[in-house]
Amino acid sequence: MTKQIRQLDRVVIRFAGDSGDGMQLTGDRFTSETAQLGNDISTLPNFPAEIRAPAGTLPGVSSFQVHFADYDILTPGDAPNVLVAMNPAALKANLADLPRGADIIVNTDEFTRRNLAKVGYATNPLDDDTLDGYAVHPVALTSMTIGALAELTVSKKDAERAKNMFALGLLSWMYSRPYESTLRFLERKFARRPELVAANVAAFRAGWNFGETTEDFSVRYEVKPAKMPPGTYRNITGNAALSLGLVAAGVRSGLPVFLGAYPITPASDILHELSKHKKFGVVTMQAEDEIAAVGAALGASYGGSLGITTTSGPGVALKSETISLAVALELPLVIVDVQRAGPSTGMPTKTEQADLNMALYGRHGEAPVAVIAPKSPSDCFHAALEAARIALTYRTPVILLSDNYVANGSEPWLLPDVESLPDLRVEFATRPNGEDGTTFLPYLRDPQTLARPWAVPGTPGLEHRIGGLEKADKTGDISYDPTNHDFMVRTRAARIETIEVPDVEVEDPDGDARVLVLGWGSTYGPIGAACRGLRQRGLPVAQAHLRHLAPMPANLGEVLRSYDRVVVPEMNLGQLAHVIRAKYLVDAIGYNQVRGLPFTAAELETMLEEVLKNV
Amino acid sequence: MSEPVALKLTAKDFKSDQEVRWCPGCGDYAVLAAVQGFMPELNIPRENIVFVSGIGCSSRFPYYMNTYGMHSIHGRAPAIATGLSVSRPDLSVWVVTGDGDALSIGGNHLIHALRRNVNLKILLFNNRIYGLTKGQYSPTSEVGKITKSTPVGSADAPFNPLSLALGAEATFVARTLDSDRKHLQSVLRAAAEHQGSAFVEIYQNCNIFNDGAFEPLKEPTTRDDYLIRLEHGQPITFGTDGQFCVVHPPGGFGLEVRETAATPAEQIVVHDVTVADPAYAFALSRLPGLDLRNTPLGVFRSVDRPSYDSVVQEQVASARASVDQTPEQQLSALLGSGDTWTIM
Repeated sequence: MTKQIRQLDRVVIRFAGDSGDGMQLTGDRFTSETAQLGNDISTLPNFPAEIRAPAGTLPGVSSFQVHFADYDILTPGDAPNVLVAMNPAALKANLADLPRGADIIVNTDEFTRRNLAKVGYATNPLDDDTLDGYAVHPVALTSMTIGALAELTVSKKDAERAKNMFALGLLSWMYSRPYESTLRFLERKFARRPELVAANVAAFRAGWNFGETTEDFSVRYEVKPAKMPPGTYRNITGNAALSLGLVAAGVRSGLPVFLGAYPITPASDILHELSKHKKFGVVTMQAEDEIAAVGAALGASYGGSLGITTTSGPGVALKSETISLAVALELPLVIVDVQRAGPSTGMPTKTEQADLNMALYGRHGEAPVAVIAPKSPSDCFHAALEAARIALTYRTPVILLSDNYVANGSEPWLLPDVESLPDLRVEFATRPNGEDGTTFLPYLRDPQTLARPWAVPGTPGLEHRIGGLEKADKTGDISYDPTNHDFMVRTRAARIETIEVPDVEVEDPDGDARVLVLGWGSTYGPIGAACRGLRQRGLPVAQAHLRHLAPMPANLGEVLRSYDRVVVPEMNLGQLAHVIRAKYLVDAIGYNQVRGLPFTAAELETMLEEVLKNV
Repeated sequence: MSEPVALKLTAKDFKSDQEVRWCPGCGDYAVLAAVQGFMPELNIPRENIVFVSGIGCSSRFPYYMNTYGMHSIHGRAPAIATGLSVSRPDLSVWVVTGDGDALSIGGNHLIHALRRNVNLKILLFNNRIYGLTKGQYSPTSEVGKITKSTPVGSADAPFNPLSLALGAEATFVARTLDSDRKHLQSVLRAAAEHQGSAFVEIYQNCNIFNDGAFEPLKEPTTRDDYLIRLEHGQPITFGTDGQFCVVHPPGGFGLEVRETAATPAEQIVVHDVTVADPAYAFALSRLPGLDLRNTPLGVFRSVDRPSYDSVVQEQVASARASVDQTPEQQLSALLGSGDTWTIM
């Protein structure tokens, strides 16, 4: 049978199933195949915190959305064009997100009376009018997978588990994806169990062949490669990019990297990744708790390493006292907060930007630190280097605010030339700096950066004591002098304000916008997509995005004041907007949402259109 | 290996220029003098020695040592020192802490440093009281202790610091006394020679808030009958005339004190710091009563186990052994690993 081939410019597919169905892996492989083809990509995994929530239930649904296109895209897509639903729960949990006309591929084997009852379907949605208006493709995925594997020596359970590869094979056929990398991947993954390689490869091929032969799928699609700047790319998640950025910071500074971390979702992947890079001299320590993790990192910084700790919001709260100590000691320290929905345990696998206030203010006393945030998965690499640059140059703790959305989402990354990465080399103190030529003054500052000398143990002649008690200017001796304390508090604040950060850039292609959208962190994609949408409809709007939240770029006040309206969308209740109002006396309009999910471009576009109307 | 050059340092070299600010008569002075007096024996350059402390009276210690030092935050010294020691195995890292600092707010870090066997020398000054906050009961205060925060007597059972350390399988555990300089220095010597965590409890007198807490162990008329001075390889007997001894009664779980005259010599326990099972040292740690009778002093346990530092550094060294590229080349290869594609 000859199949019709149709060209598309973009597609959004969501793979959804039970958390044990391997949907993350399926989505990941499809993404990798798509990357090979040269499409631009953006992905969004969405999974429960429970490792295996009760099978077939709504809380147990795990999904992976991939958006790919023949042009550059900024988000994983608002609404899927295609839903792969491995069971009734996956259908029910995701149907509301699907526009009418979308394709739904369902695994009919799972639509049993029992499974339907589990999610409250009184009748089978495949038989009633629930799915009217959708293009439904019923596929007996499980039984066809088991059938395809009948000749192989695998258990029924293992055969059934391969059904995600059947689905992947089918979708790979539908969208004409190159699959060699998936076959290689399966060989690697199951290297020790050849029978599973055979089973998964057979399931994949059966899915592909099913697409080719069945009449239910009459159309096959192609999405041409996107025009992207020349170079070598790889698809990368934010957590992976951040880890590589930290390794790169070690290489570019020439310092050993020391990571102290305690397992916490969604930051643990950074610990896993860095623990693989011992050949770079990276030492990772899984500490007994969050406090020990940052303490060990600070101890390592004291000894001349680049000390890093990675965590999420609850962990930052626990580390607060040690971060204050680092402020007083004036030592480099990088604290990575991969934000998740709070307060308390909140929703550990869902995204939020609600730790900004904690990063800026969450310490006792006047304890300013630098704060930066990456705007996309691949940007995590550069943000990590920037955090290290500030920490090392200014001898200060730096909080890097990632979040679950950028941490687990992925996009193509143009690999940088290593030589082009910033030079982070530091000079340790080696000789006395006092006027008499013999005294060492641990708090005598560099006039430009206000940084104090980094004199590491092992340096003869510079033996000195530091601590959390207030220190006298220059000598670092304990001091309770009122004037000295006032001076030191102001100097620590000035040290952060002194940090050189680039000006914020404004994207306003025609220069005629009267409304500015100001964002920070992971909202860059949805805000950018919304602004593009408006501009395509002839509605001018300007976008500025903050990487540096403390200190803020020097030109920010001027930028804010040159627009009639400033809108600040955030996945919190207005934390940046609050700062902007206080600091610049600008009547910023907040747009806030805390649903544990990123903004959709469409909702931002609608909101901004309303603002534009009223200017 | 060539013989190390004698550095010819003296106690004076280890005195910093800072004025010592403990209360007059505090036991900490004696410990400071003993440590400063012992340090030259290490024959380690001052710049390679670091004292890290937490919060409390004893934690002011680093300010008075002319080495590198960090006065950190309450309870966290073992964690901070762990990061330093693991990343800088060339340093000699000492932790100075107190009963509140190490056993209350910092209890978690202490037990984990000990179980990991981080190469730290931990000196716990135990005065059984909170001094810096002016006199509340501590996790080593006796039940019923009347303090500012327990006007009708404390209701908590105290920790036995050595039992706790042994429960965490510390590889080196010892106890000494602030006023016995010679003994204190002998314990420091053994601790310094140990590879891995060395845990030393120092009974220290707080003459302001808990004066005389260890008096029976110091008073010439009682001390010999109260103290058990442990000596490796020697039968454990004590008392002015050696009239008491320690035995392991058949069928019992622990050790007990008996009269030497009524005990066959072969039943007297011969002290062995190398017993692998911490249960032996634990049983020793349980001998003292509330009145401080039968308090063992000296090294309880000293066994070999690879330090955390050495294992971590070996892993890094073995990963690096096969590297034949510059760090930049390595990084370039790492960034480009996995599935990549090229756009012309």
